[in-house]
Amino acid sequence: MAKNTSSNVFRTLDVDQYNEDNYKEDNDSTDPAALGPNDTLITSLLAANKPVEALTHLLSGATLGIKDQAARTTSLTLAMRVLMAIKVSQIDDAVAQLDNESRDVLMKFIYRGFEVPNEGSSAHLLVWHEKVFTVAGVGSIVRVLTDKKRV
Amino acid sequence: MTTVHNFGVSPISCHSWSGDRKSLALSQNSNEVTLFSSSGSDWKQTGLLDQHDLRVTSIDWAPKTNRIVTCSSDRNAYVWVLDDNNVWKKTLVLLRINRAATCVRWSPEENKFAVGSGAKIISICYHEKEFDGWVSKHIKKPMQSTVTSIDWHPNNILIAAGSTDFKVRVFSSFVKDVEARPSPTEWGSKMPMGYLMKEFSNSSAGGGWVHAVSFSPDGSKLAWAGHDSSISVADAANDMLVMKLKTNLLPMCSLTWIRPNTIAAAGHNCVPYTFIVESDAVKLGSAMEEDKKKESSGKTSAMDLFKNKDKLGQNELETKLNFTHQKQIAEIRIVGGQKGDVDTFSTCSLDGKIVVWNLKTLAGQMKGLKI
Repeated sequence: MAKNTSSNVFRTLDVDQYNEDNYKEDNDSTDPAALGPNDTLITSLLAANKPVEALTHLLSGATLGIKDQAARTTSLTLAMRVLMAIKVSQIDDAVAQLDNESRDVLMKFIYRGFEVPNEGSSAHLLVWHEKVFTVAGVGSIVRVLTDKKRV
Repeated sequence: MTTVHNFGVSPISCHSWSGDRKSLALSQNSNEVTLFSSSGSDWKQTGLLDQHDLRVTSIDWAPKTNRIVTCSSDRNAYVWVLDDNNVWKKTLVLLRINRAATCVRWSPEENKFAVGSGAKIISICYHEKEFDGWVSKHIKKPMQSTVTSIDWHPNNILIAAGSTDFKVRVFSSFVKDVEARPSPTEWGSKMPMGYLMKEFSNSSAGGGWVHAVSFSPDGSKLAWAGHDSSISVADAANDMLVMKLKTNLLPMCSLTWIRPNTIAAAGHNCVPYTFIVESDAVKLGSAMEEDKKKESSGKTSAMDLFKNKDKLGQNELETKLNFTHQKQIAEIRIVGGQKGDVDTFSTCSLDGKIVVWNLKTLAGQMKGLKI
């Protein structure tokens, strides 16, 4: 037998990546810097006790499909801060002010928030979920699941 | 008014009407296609097409030439012709694909048909005289995934294909042996075989399989339904403007144009909806059926109430949907009239029913119906 039959180094090479028929994703580069400036604006709005405005800025500025995991985590923590800051009584008005695109992005944040629960966060998020669901319907939840560019 | 035709409990995956609308071909999620003829108010089985080995995915019955084409997961398609003894004779079509065929549609002039498949290929099939059989030409590039739905443009040359790579494409299927060179349309002027006229992405958020595509009656607009619960319309006459409506509903699986600017779509919501196409936007019309809430029958005794509460956690056992269809609708087909001027259309569903919807009587009954 040849000397290298016991060696399985070749098994670490992924030959499928060289197949021409592979599905190629549309590579749209998203600029992570776009979320940066909103960070300070949103924190200042939160400090100034204007969480609903912070929410509108957050959702309109949110970029989907960022590949950088650290950037996604920071945007999630920021979103959670804003969502927690808004009291239950203010949620109805906040949701009514948003346009359809922002409501879809909000639903995506809500589901991401469910993924990483802190104490008390899930209960508040459930109220958010119910309010957004009454306005945006099952369609927004279907889009959370179908859209490839995640928030 | 809706007429309900019950064909048992098995799901009906696809169906097609004959030209005179007296016969119906349907497949109940199996490898067989059953043909029924209406006799009075009943359906009599008049034929069984059982040549396929695996599940039949799509059926199309050509109204003028009375030929049926069926395609299946077994990578084959057959063309069935009725001979003098009233027996359906099959002819194998050489698709030359190595994956399942997913959908098949006759062209408007019925001299060609297009088969979409999981092999990322569309086979344009036509009858070759010398060989005396059906041969195919392939459209391959640039499709990257399974073709889910196909619709022909009225000029018999262009086809639209929706795919699971989240794109809708318009191709030319010009076969020089069979037809004359076409004149230019809003989609372009050069139309060699397999040429990609236009490609549309379903969503900027990058997702959503395309379940159904349909050209408008004059061919200038193209509508499609995506799995992201959206209905989109591209207007070739208006500089390829794409109008997209993200609905609050579950995704639609099939759609067609019932008026020059109205689309009827049906899918996982178990009831057809209308969508109005305006010059720059698509708007939700209305559902074609009202949510019939059952009045609670006074028969439920106090004992049943508490029994149900204990067993199920709710007051009554409500599993029946308040619509005619109890499961999602698989396909919409035009019965009376034609695209753009439809009087009646049928929907087949996974609950084993085919329901025929009469637009005139529905408009009279339902005040809120927007067509």
